[in-house]
Order: sequence, then structure tokens, then C-alpha cells
Amino acid sequence: MREINVSEVTKVVSQLCKDSCYYLPEELLAKLKASIDTEESPLGKEILTTIVENAELAKRKDVPICQDTGLTVVFMDIGQDVHFVGGDLYTAIHAGVADGYVNGYLRKSSVDDPLFIRKNTNDNTPAIIHTTIVPGDKVKITVSPKGCGSENMGALKMLKPADGVEGVIKFVVDTVRSAGPNPCPPVTVGVGIGGNMEKAALLAKYSLSRKVGEHNPNPQYAELEKKLLELVNKTGVGPSGLGGSTTAVAVNIEYAPTHIGGMPVAVNLNCHAARRAEAEI
Amino acid sequence: MSEQAAIKYIQAPLSAETVKDLRAGDVVRISGYIYTARDAAHKRLTEALARGEKLPLDLKDNVIYYVGPSPTKPGEVVGSAGPTTSGRMDKYTPTMIEQGMRGMIGKGLRSQEVIDACKEHGAVYFAAVGGAAAVIAQSIKGEEMIAYEDLGPEAIRRYEVENFPAIVVIDAEGNDFYKVGIAKYSKE
Repeated sequence: MREINVSEVTKVVSQLCKDSCYYLPEELLAKLKASIDTEESPLGKEILTTIVENAELAKRKDVPICQDTGLTVVFMDIGQDVHFVGGDLYTAIHAGVADGYVNGYLRKSSVDDPLFIRKNTNDNTPAIIHTTIVPGDKVKITVSPKGCGSENMGALKMLKPADGVEGVIKFVVDTVRSAGPNPCPPVTVGVGIGGNMEKAALLAKYSLSRKVGEHNPNPQYAELEKKLLELVNKTGVGPSGLGGSTTAVAVNIEYAPTHIGGMPVAVNLNCHAARRAEAEI
Repeated sequence: MSEQAAIKYIQAPLSAETVKDLRAGDVVRISGYIYTARDAAHKRLTEALARGEKLPLDLKDNVIYYVGPSPTKPGEVVGSAGPTTSGRMDKYTPTMIEQGMRGMIGKGLRSQEVIDACKEHGAVYFAAVGGAAAVIAQSIKGEEMIAYEDLGPEAIRRYEVENFPAIVVIDAEGNDFYKVGIAKYSKE
């Protein structure tokens, strides 16, 4: 049994909030840079150049890449041999988010009640926390702040088994096409297939924490990711949705076993500023 | 509607003549004064109008920027300040245009009602590059609180801007460059 004081979690989460909002993942920045050359639209090339300049400027100045520093999504893989001491884990995570957002000059975008009151909590808490228990005595923390421009364009559909691969392809491409400029393309397309309704949604979100350039280890799903990327880039949506050949930089699929009678599919789009930072304790 | 047209340098507030010269797809740089407002401020403004109250700003010829900036770091003029999704303001926009608002800066699709109002009253919708918030902030040279300070990032501020980068998406003839641009590059 390894003891970890939750104050350590607070410290790490605070730093990850700032790092993720200031510094775009390197492999994503490289992919965006490379797409300037392949983009067909002259205006699209200019927009991609601006997007790259913006990410570099944010890094240089330690300021948010985008003013919408999102709701804070925290994924934690907790080794089952870890024993947290010194307080409550979730309280410690929220404290880290509050510290990172207040002291890092990040925008607070969380409202306490979704329908009636909608009062800003003023420290971006509560975070949305997803924990998984894994073997070992380490804790892996991934912080992925995500803005609402892209989150609002996600979709979930309970497809029938008979809809098959074609049904999945149609749903994913239709979702990206109808989202158009709103999710700030070039997007990363997160797809969750299987499980049940909430499992599919979670898989889609989780798939967005994958590094650009990595594929699903299952070759059939990896093949589908490549095909979907090609099809999505034929929609013409392009950078900022003003037309072009770079609509997405990646399509990531995660799948899970499901019921004999169903095939849920969730699509979660991430903007070009697909922010993510991770650390291990 | 060439997308390679030379950059047009324009002044805000916008005159009717300036707007007439703008075409969907034009790349522009805006200098002068613009106002910020997003969801909550739009709700308050239109509710005030419905009650017959005077607004805290005169909309005539003015440009509204849909933005909720991040907090300002010490030594900076503003925080990161890129556009938010405009479609959420669609419900309020025709009323604002009727009140004389001449331009909007945001990102994303607009409703047919907004396009019709632009055409009827000679207004224009610009897109700024979504997510390019640090770059855009460099064109903001001054900031003044105007109204609804309690709304935090959603308060109405006046920005002094110099060469603010944007693209005309909906012009006063009702052309929509999202449709034109996407159709041009679609291979479906």
C-alpha cells in the first residue's frame, strides 16, 4: 500500500489546468503546422497559419490559447494499491482546479445550476471527474479543459445493429458536416461505439485524450478511423468552417461490448485547441 | 466574392457606406471602437428594450463582438479574447439590428432571421478565427467597462481596436460565405 497525500493531487491538478490551457500538445501543433502545406484553400492556409501562431504566442506568454478555458474534465487512473490520506480526494481535485483557474488567469465558465439560477461559481469548480481503478500504486491524472463551442456540437444516437458500419459512417460524417464552423475546425472527432447510452458518451470523450497520430490497436477500428478522417475532410467544411480540405486532424474511436439489441454511437468534437496535460504521481 | 481579395481596412463604428462596400469573403482589419456582449448581456439588453428602458449603450452603427475574455494578466490590456459561437445570440439579433446595430463579430452559423435582418437593415456579420484568442487580443489596445459588471466575463465592455482581424461572412445583400466556401471545397 502506497500512501499519497491529497495535497499532492491538488498541486498537480492546479499545474495541469494552467499547462493545458497555455501549451498545446506538441504532436497536435506539429500536425496543424503540417496541414498548412496540404490545405487547398488559400484562406484556409491563412487561418491555419493564424491558429499555429496563436498557439506559439500563448506558449511564449503563458496565456490561454483560447479564452474559453472550458469545463475542466479530469481523468484519473488510480492504482488499487494507493491509499489517499490527508483529506477527501474529490475535494482535493476541485481545490486544484480552483487554484489553477484563479491564479492562472483562466476564465471561469462554470455555473452552479443549469436551468434556473445559472450563477457562476467563480472558480470553475466543480470539475467533471472520471476515475478508473487500475493495477499498481501510481496515479495518472489527465486534465482536458474543453470549451462549449465544440461540446455543443456533439451528438449521440442509438443505432440499430442492422445499421452497421455504413450507419456509423453516416452518423459521424453528418455530425461533422452539420456542425460546420461552430466547433472551431480543424476538429478532433471522438467516437464512442457500443456499451450503453452513457458508456458510449464517455468513450467518445475519453478517445479525445489520445495523442494525434495514434490509432485504435484493433486494426478494423484503426482502418475505420482512417476512412472516417478521409470522408470528414471531403465535406469541405475546412479551417474555421470557411471552406477547405482540413476539417479534422484526427478521428479517434473507442469501443465497448454492447447488448445484442443495440449499437449506441456518440460523437464528441474537439476544437483545434484540443487541450490536454497529464502527469503521474 | 474572391477569397484572395486585398485586405480592406475599415473603421468602427461602421458607416452605412462602409457596409455597402463589404462583400462576403472579404478579409478585413477593423480599427476604432467596438463593444462586447454575449448571451447574458443580450438577454438583459433585449429585456430592457421590451420594458421601454434606455440601453446602457447606443447601438447605432456600432459593432458588437461576441466575446467573454479570460481574466487580464498584470501588465496586459486584456486577457485572451477570441470569438464565441454566434448562433446563441440569434434569438436576440434581429431586435438589436432594428435598434441600429451595424455589425457583429463572432464565429459560426447564423439563422435565416439574422441573414434577413442584415439584408433589410444593411448590417454585416464578421467571423474572427475561433480559438485564435491570444493573437486577437494583440489588436485590442484599450478596454473600458460599460455595463453589467456583475456578469464578469459576460459584462459589456468597450474595446479600442487596431487592425482587428476578421472575415466578412454575411454581407448586407444577405450572402453567406459559410455556404459559398464549404460548397467550393466539398468533394461529396
